[in-house]
Amino acid sequence: MAETLNNQTYSYISGELLPLELEIEKLRFGTELLKRGFAKMQKGGVIMDVTNREQAIIAEEAGAVAVMSLERVPADIRRDGGVARAADPLRTQEILDSVSIPVMAKVRIGHTAEAQMWEVMGVDMIDESEVLTPADPFHHIDKKDFTVPFVCGATYLGEAVRRIAEGAAMIRTKGEAGTGNVIEAVRHQKLISGMIIKLKTLDEEEINGVAKTYAAPFGKLERKIREEWCDSETPKDYVVFGGLTMGQWEDRVGDLLIEIRDLQRLPVVNFAAGGIATPADAALMMQMGMDGVFVGSGIFKSENPAQRAKAITEAVAHFDDPNVIMEVSKGIGEPMVGINIEDIPKEQRLQERGW
Amino acid sequence: MRIGVLALQGDVSEHVLALETAVKSLDIQGDVVRVRRKSELETVSALLMPGGESTTIAKQLDRFGLRQPILDFAASGKPIMGTCAGTILLSSEILDRRGQEVKPLGLMDMSVRRNAFGRQAESFEKPLKIEGLEGDFHGIFIRAPRIARIGNSVKSLAMLDGEHIMVIQGNILALTFHPELVPDHRIHAMFLKMLRP
Repeated sequence: MAETLNNQTYSYISGELLPLELEIEKLRFGTELLKRGFAKMQKGGVIMDVTNREQAIIAEEAGAVAVMSLERVPADIRRDGGVARAADPLRTQEILDSVSIPVMAKVRIGHTAEAQMWEVMGVDMIDESEVLTPADPFHHIDKKDFTVPFVCGATYLGEAVRRIAEGAAMIRTKGEAGTGNVIEAVRHQKLISGMIIKLKTLDEEEINGVAKTYAAPFGKLERKIREEWCDSETPKDYVVFGGLTMGQWEDRVGDLLIEIRDLQRLPVVNFAAGGIATPADAALMMQMGMDGVFVGSGIFKSENPAQRAKAITEAVAHFDDPNVIMEVSKGIGEPMVGINIEDIPKEQRLQERGW
Repeated sequence: MRIGVLALQGDVSEHVLALETAVKSLDIQGDVVRVRRKSELETVSALLMPGGESTTIAKQLDRFGLRQPILDFAASGKPIMGTCAGTILLSSEILDRRGQEVKPLGLMDMSVRRNAFGRQAESFEKPLKIEGLEGDFHGIFIRAPRIARIGNSVKSLAMLDGEHIMVIQGNILALTFHPELVPDHRIHAMFLKMLRP
């Protein structure tokens, strides 16, 4: 963060205080273009979950484009149970101070105050994540209010569009975090890309119908109140969430669907996440058109994290070259053990969190 | 002619699209390809090094044996353009403390400091004046580096509050902002004009 001292603006950069001669008030910060642009610089890269300074340094050494700071990796969150919250700021600050690549941090779904904490600390991106225990049963964070960009998980196109409508600058599949099992990430990406292709076959009226369905969860709180009062009529100008009425959310979602239909992809960067454990898993996701990969438990729950981390970055850079995938996969030690999805009761599946 | 975009990591598709548009606007024959191997580099007459994470791109350059081929490419006089991370890699010296592990290509006589405006919260937009372009060019600076020093052989093409943000040295063009993120492809066209027919 920049600060002013004796009429001179200074900025902390890599722990050094440097003079900043720019006239800060003439610049524009935190715009949609800058948020989405930041995410674009991560393309073709691997973002790794880390819980401390040592792991962050290993990740940077291996060639990660960013690290995700969190208290416990998803596999441990799953094992320990209980409420999972944002990490200790002291730990995240240590990570910020130890690497030059961007640092991201997780917050609970709907937990605006945790997000504000990371924003003032200066993390580069916030993950509003189903891996942590949700904090708000009705709404996700209103992300347009923030300067810092957000990434959010999605299991199908509707969720992706709602998060983008709220201001997310990047989408990732939810997959099923902490399992080392890639099937859910594949499921979510196939659903998203299949729906994007199918959008081409819909006329305007049909798209408006989809927009209505996809925007419906923004009215979750309002519907709850209506049920309580047995009152069926809500005024058209009633604001349901984030300063918008139900009609305005439907319009915003509809406009996004048309943009997605014409682009034939999401208008923001789209990464794979949740269950990626091997270089071949990463290559598989990249071949499905993903822009990059998050690896959570897959690295630091494996036998040889440094070597596996490096191999996964190489597999992502050369995802379409089977010779490279084969070479980098050789002798990198045991992957994390992994869990079959059927063995996880539905209520314990992290992908079910969020609305 | 064929133009290559180094595709080891970063916003490659944005540059491919910007170059394709610039090719059309100049009414020249040409196609744009992604370059990840030495064999692909050998097929192109100009190379663009995109924005991304300089630490990551530098590591992949060495792991996949592209450092020397790019140095040879530059020595043969073929044009290279770098944006943001690409500019860091083109420099001869990285000044920030944690940059010491990243070995730049040294193709341009200049010193850079990475993320020198701060972290993502300090990323900004500002209209710029660029030599050779009429009117403003919309500058997008994302965790941008600052050019701390340029050698005598390096010419400045644009300044921002007293600092160089776009420089040229012979066949090498470098900028600290992101022209590929705006729908104005004049800088990509300027780069294509560096190609000798």
